[in-house]
Amino acid sequence: MYVAVKGGERAIESAHAWLAEERRGDTDVAELSIAQIREQLKLAVDRVMAEGSLYDPDLAALAIKQSRGDLIEAIFLIRAYRTTLPRFGSSEPVDTGAMACDRRISATFKDLPGGQVLGPTFDYTHRLLDFKLAADGGVPEAPTRESIPGDVPHVTEFLNREGLIEEAPHDDTPPPDLTREPLEMPADRALRLQALTRADEGFTLGLAYSTQRGYARNHAFVGELRIGAVAVEMDIPELGFAIEIGEVTLTECETVNQFKGSKTEPPQFTRGYGLVFGQSERKAISMALVDRALRWEELGEDNVGAPAQDTEFVLYHADNIQATGFLEHIKLPHYVDFQSELELVRKLRREAGADRVPEAAE
Amino acid sequence: MKDTFDENAERKAWMGLLARAPEGRVATLLDAAMTRPEFTWLRAPEIGSTMVRGRAGGTGAPFNIGEMTVTRCALTLASGEVGHAYIQGRRKSDAEAAALVDALMQGASAGAVRKAVLDPLAMEQTAAKTARAEKAAATKVEFFTMARGED
Repeated sequence: MYVAVKGGERAIESAHAWLAEERRGDTDVAELSIAQIREQLKLAVDRVMAEGSLYDPDLAALAIKQSRGDLIEAIFLIRAYRTTLPRFGSSEPVDTGAMACDRRISATFKDLPGGQVLGPTFDYTHRLLDFKLAADGGVPEAPTRESIPGDVPHVTEFLNREGLIEEAPHDDTPPPDLTREPLEMPADRALRLQALTRADEGFTLGLAYSTQRGYARNHAFVGELRIGAVAVEMDIPELGFAIEIGEVTLTECETVNQFKGSKTEPPQFTRGYGLVFGQSERKAISMALVDRALRWEELGEDNVGAPAQDTEFVLYHADNIQATGFLEHIKLPHYVDFQSELELVRKLRREAGADRVPEAAE
Repeated sequence: MKDTFDENAERKAWMGLLARAPEGRVATLLDAAMTRPEFTWLRAPEIGSTMVRGRAGGTGAPFNIGEMTVTRCALTLASGEVGHAYIQGRRKSDAEAAALVDALMQGASAGAVRKAVLDPLAMEQTAAKTARAEKAAATKVEFFTMARGED
């Protein structure tokens, strides 16, 4: 029997009022502004934009404030907001070769044209807590040096002069879009890359790490990692030509992977690719490793049964909003479901004779 | 990338400049230079999104990275010029200012608008870009050999 019950309204209202109070915290402490979050918690903002799949730093900062710093909750808010926006169109594919690089490093070539540019990195810091940050204070200005204008070539471009590396030939096939069509298997690389770029960072990192530890090992080097701003161009039908509509910061990672050759491909270096909104290099490297592992079929490699080779497993479990939605729903009332389970267990126990009151030891 | 005739190159350049301008900047420059002309909306400012695409391996097949917020509008000046704006973010008043500049750049006051709005915008954007590039350049590694182990 289904019994509709009411009565939670007052409790829910009070819970939300208390949530608002707890979110604010001690009112003797100054309130955080959206601009402070946007400027000073930039990497959190970047993660929310990447996994929320919407580039808008102010909205991401607002979501972080509203979610009390719970980034998956913030990503949820951004995903929900995104669905309310009319889609004006799609951009021309961005040209990462023309990126204004803040950072650009290669782990494979020391002396590469354009140089090794470290940028604002945590690398080479001592990972010791800096108590100076606990006190208010200015920061010394970062040093500058004359820069040579011009595009910075991709590392793979000049590695490829010897023909040692797999090519990524120009192609203009319109990509599938998992925000418009349900994600279905088999998923081509364009769909996999879209799913991976918005995938949960932790899940992607764990999978990438598993390939390094030997589950579908493909021995990745970071051929190149670059972070910087690229222009976004869109074709405007009413104008009849494309214009720049803005600029986004992206992190791009290209791995070069050892490859002994297969039935279909000669021995060469193969590639994995990561491209993520914002400054998110852990995510971009992870994405590149997982992308490479998922390419086993098109490269004619063996499926060794590793999780990172299983497209369906990876893509259907990588989205933290889908995952948390299904996971967290089990805490909501399931009184009726549980009632029927209870009946079932009682019946089974009766049949098994387990419902008798245990007697004293015989 | 599409082939574009030179006739569009100039307009493309100023529309890009307007789209990248920081919040409120175009309006400030425009209002300092002149009183805004009368106009009617062809499309009132509207907030939406654009799906940003990349290419696999940087050069291969396109894929969707995620969307960005965009504001667009279109207007007609009393003198007949039509101005369009597509700018990043959720900024209706900035879109209005950008569309006005786009329309004005097609009319008699183009020279004055270029001098008062576009030139300063271009200078500011170049300066900001250079400042960032110079900080990046200071973090460029200069390798040198300590000692070679070959006797």
